[in-house]
Amino acid sequence: MQGRGFGSGNTVTLHYDVDAGDFSSAGEASANLKRTLKQLGFPPEVVRRATIAMYEGEINMFIHAGGGVADVEITPDEIRIKLVDSGPGIPDIALAMQKGYSTASELAREMGFGAGMGLPNMQSYTDELIVESQVGKGTSISMLVRVGGSSAQ
Amino acid sequence: MTVLEYAKAAGHRVLSSPEAAARREITGCYICDLLSWAMGRCRSGDMWITVQNNLNVAAVAALTDAACVLIPEGIEADPALVEKAGAQEVVILSGQGTSYEIACNLKDAMAQWN
Repeated sequence: MQGRGFGSGNTVTLHYDVDAGDFSSAGEASANLKRTLKQLGFPPEVVRRATIAMYEGEINMFIHAGGGVADVEITPDEIRIKLVDSGPGIPDIALAMQKGYSTASELAREMGFGAGMGLPNMQSYTDELIVESQVGKGTSISMLVRVGGSSAQ
Repeated sequence: MTVLEYAKAAGHRVLSSPEAAARREITGCYICDLLSWAMGRCRSGDMWITVQNNLNVAAVAALTDAACVLIPEGIEADPALVEKAGAQEVVILSGQGTSYEIACNLKDAMAQWN
C-alpha cells in the first residue's frame, strides 16, 4: 500500500523475547510494536487494536508462563501476532475465555491485573484468535488484525 | 480543551510530559482501577482516573491512547511510574478530590470550554 514505510519488501517481521523479570519490563514488546506500526503509517485504530491484543498476550505470558516469545508479521493489509510459551498451559480454554475468570496471583492482582479480561480483550480486538494449549507443556496464541477489520467493542 | 488547559483550570499538578499535555485534547473520561478492564474500555482521548499507581499504568495509558492519567485524592505518584510515563509521552496528573468529584469537575470544565 502506498504511503506506508514498507520499503521494497512487503512484509516486516519482528521478534520479541518476553522475559519474566519484574513488572517494570512488562509491556515493552507492545510499546515497541506500537512505535513500529505508527512509523509504518497504520491508522490509529489498527495500531490500538493490535497493540492492545499484543499487550494482553504479553502480560499473560509474563504473569502465568514465566515469559515466552512473540513473533509479529506485518503486511500492508494485516498484522499477525504469534505468542508461544512453555508455561503450565490452560486446562479449560472455554473457561479462560470467560470475562472475569482469572487465575492470576495475588501479586499480579495487587499490580492491577487479574480482572479476567485478558483473553476476552484479545478476542474482541482481533479479527481472528486461535488459542492452543497443552497442560504442562505450554500455550500458543495466534492473532490476526486486519486493516479495515473492526473491534467487537 | 487540552490537558494542560484543564489541569491549570482545575488546579491539578502535571507530573509528566508537559509538552504532550499542551498538545493532547481531552474528549472524555474513564474511571477504573483494573488494568485489563481499562485496557478494553478506555477510549482514545479519555482522561483516565485511577488510584492504581504502578509502572503498568503508563503502558495501558500509552496503548489505549488516553489523553492523560489522573491520580486522585492526592495520592503520591510512584516516581518509577512518572519516569516511565515521561519516556512514553504519557501525561500524569495529580489531583485532590475523589474520582467522582474530579469527573464532575471535568464535565463542567468541558461544558464551559465548548
